Amino acid sequence: MTSKRWWIALVVLAMIAAACGGTTSGEGGDTDTTGAEPAATTEATEAPTESTPETTGGETDAGGDFKAAFVYVAPIGDLGWTWAHDQGRIALEEELGIETAFIENVPEGPDAERVIRDFAQKGYNVVFTTSFGYMDPTINVASEFPDTQFVHISGFKTAANASNVFGAMEEARYLSGMVAGAATESNVLGFVAAFPIPEVIRGINAFTLGARSVNPDATVKVVWTNTWFGPPQEKEAAEALLAAGADVIAQHQDTTEPQKAAADAGKFSIGYDSDMRSFVGDSVLTSPVWDWAPKYISIVEELQAGTYQGDESWYGSMADGVVDIAELSPLVDAETKELVEMKRQEIIDGSFQPFCGPVLGANGAEIVAEGKCLTLGELLSMDYFVEGVEGEAPNEAPTGLGS
Amino acid sequence: MDLVTSILSIAVFAGTSLVFATVGEIIAERAGILNLGLEGMMIMGAVTAFATAYATDNAYLGVLVAMIVGGLMALIHAIATISLRADQVVAGLALTIGGTGLASFLGQELGPGGGPLVGLIGPKFVEVPIPGMSSIPVIGEILFNKDQLVYAMYLIVPLVWWFLYKTRPGLHLRAVGENPQATDALGVNVFRLRYLYTVIGGMFAGLGGAHLSLAYTPGWTENLTGGRGWIAIALVIFATWNPARAVVGALLFGGVNAIQFRLQAEGTTISANLLNMTPYLLTVIVLVAVTYFEAFRKKVGAPAALGIPYNREERV
Repeated sequence: MTSKRWWIALVVLAMIAAACGGTTSGEGGDTDTTGAEPAATTEATEAPTESTPETTGGETDAGGDFKAAFVYVAPIGDLGWTWAHDQGRIALEEELGIETAFIENVPEGPDAERVIRDFAQKGYNVVFTTSFGYMDPTINVASEFPDTQFVHISGFKTAANASNVFGAMEEARYLSGMVAGAATESNVLGFVAAFPIPEVIRGINAFTLGARSVNPDATVKVVWTNTWFGPPQEKEAAEALLAAGADVIAQHQDTTEPQKAAADAGKFSIGYDSDMRSFVGDSVLTSPVWDWAPKYISIVEELQAGTYQGDESWYGSMADGVVDIAELSPLVDAETKELVEMKRQEIIDGSFQPFCGPVLGANGAEIVAEGKCLTLGELLSMDYFVEGVEGEAPNEAPTGLGS
Repeated sequence: MDLVTSILSIAVFAGTSLVFATVGEIIAERAGILNLGLEGMMIMGAVTAFATAYATDNAYLGVLVAMIVGGLMALIHAIATISLRADQVVAGLALTIGGTGLASFLGQELGPGGGPLVGLIGPKFVEVPIPGMSSIPVIGEILFNKDQLVYAMYLIVPLVWWFLYKTRPGLHLRAVGENPQATDALGVNVFRLRYLYTVIGGMFAGLGGAHLSLAYTPGWTENLTGGRGWIAIALVIFATWNPARAVVGALLFGGVNAIQFRLQAEGTTISANLLNMTPYLLTVIVLVAVTYFEAFRKKVGAPAALGIPYNREERV
């Protein structure tokens, strides 16, 4: 009996070892493929050599042996934030032919650190961590793996081998606000928002400024859902806003539920992350969208060439192509279309920025005076609402910002 | 529509999936089987309901398949816990974890041509106002301007209550969860009844999932249930194993989000976190009362043999 159990345990162990060796090339195989294994990990950072056929198996044929890993906070099927990042990952595979891997639904916190460390141990050359809450875990793991590059999205911390990448979504939000402001009849716009953090607040404020630039009577009601990804809650929040008189629903969430709720009520909406019109229909007037592919490709190309600045802090703009708005719905009138396109060109050529004075706060304070614009640091720490927003922000609007 | 009416109207709509899942769990727990796989059965019900409805263009078929899938998953739980006497907590957790993963996987595969289901728009249940009754002021909007599954709930809850408390098989069901040894001595087949009611509980959970993907948030996105299965488990305790009280609890649990969103939209500032906490706080209070006060436990009839595998050979 006992000896039988030993055999079973041995067989199971062998199977586990075989599985690790087959699917990854970093860890796990140490015992059965001694010698070859360390070569595989160091090789990745140096010049590619044609050794160790056994350990790397058929996994790394395509683009040399460069491997990129992605950590996602939601499923790629969310049609939103994570979907947009996954389009960038697919572009890496298709255009550069490198191997990629991803893990979905990774909670922000200790789990994230384990997942990131696991990727680094398995010899991935670059690990993209695509949610704000992955910031500290990313920095922690980066210090343990100096030969691996980490790219964190939407944070503010960097290390020698951990860069921080984000984009000026407020530019696209401003344009989508113009569309919403022109479309509303009740002059009440609804905004389904996830968490009161600067990224979201910046978007709400830019949206409001854009709406009021074409319709000074428009106000924006905000409902916090306290979740990035919660189909029922997002729907309920949108319905609450519709019941409160909003006739255009914008959102900063991860699914299309607010859009569907607006469509069901016969109202318009503004999507986010991906072109939600293609999923919900023409009632989605436009969507501020992310396009991560160009940046991800350039990061990997620079890493392969050894020219990437490992601690860069990159805040891409509409001119860089990382943010834009999706094609406007046919339901948007021609005059608005023209106006939005004009403003879009001004943003791209740098002659217009959403947060240039005069900007008033929800409390009436003059946040930015005429002739001044918010600095990047001030943009990234925004925790107050501008005039026209109705809702609860962490702080009152300050005065005298900008330079 | 004034604020109160619209909140109650949403609470009924949002609470329906919770009522189905809770009533199903009450049936299983009354028979002595704790099934923590509720979330897994619900989400499997949701994904298979939508996939079937989309493929056949028939929402009713979707409901049927969801109930079968829920029942089959519960059958796994029944085999593990009743025949093999596995730990009910662990088996249930495994069912939830496995079900959630399998549902995500099926969501990628069951769409047209083996593609993903995400983003598809399929058949759904829409409001069918009941002639006459739907025009009663206030009540008509809250109760009688809903979809078919909500109306089904109005029938099912009293039926289950009547069955549990007023019929002989209902008495046997409760007895099996209260004192299986004594029930066995009466000549009632404990194993067969426990199997039956665990599977029926799973079918209700599947039905709850179907209401989510075919009526409440039509369509499929991963994590569609968003923890509603767990809420239902808390609700069973909150309702003290009584289907009638489950309805009240489901309205409260289902409505609380709607309430806090409405209040936010109206510009009232009560902490959303505080409001969201209320139902769980009440559940803890009920749980403490049930465990601590013997008299209260007897009065509400918490099943005494809940979670304990029945073994004929064992002395008690």
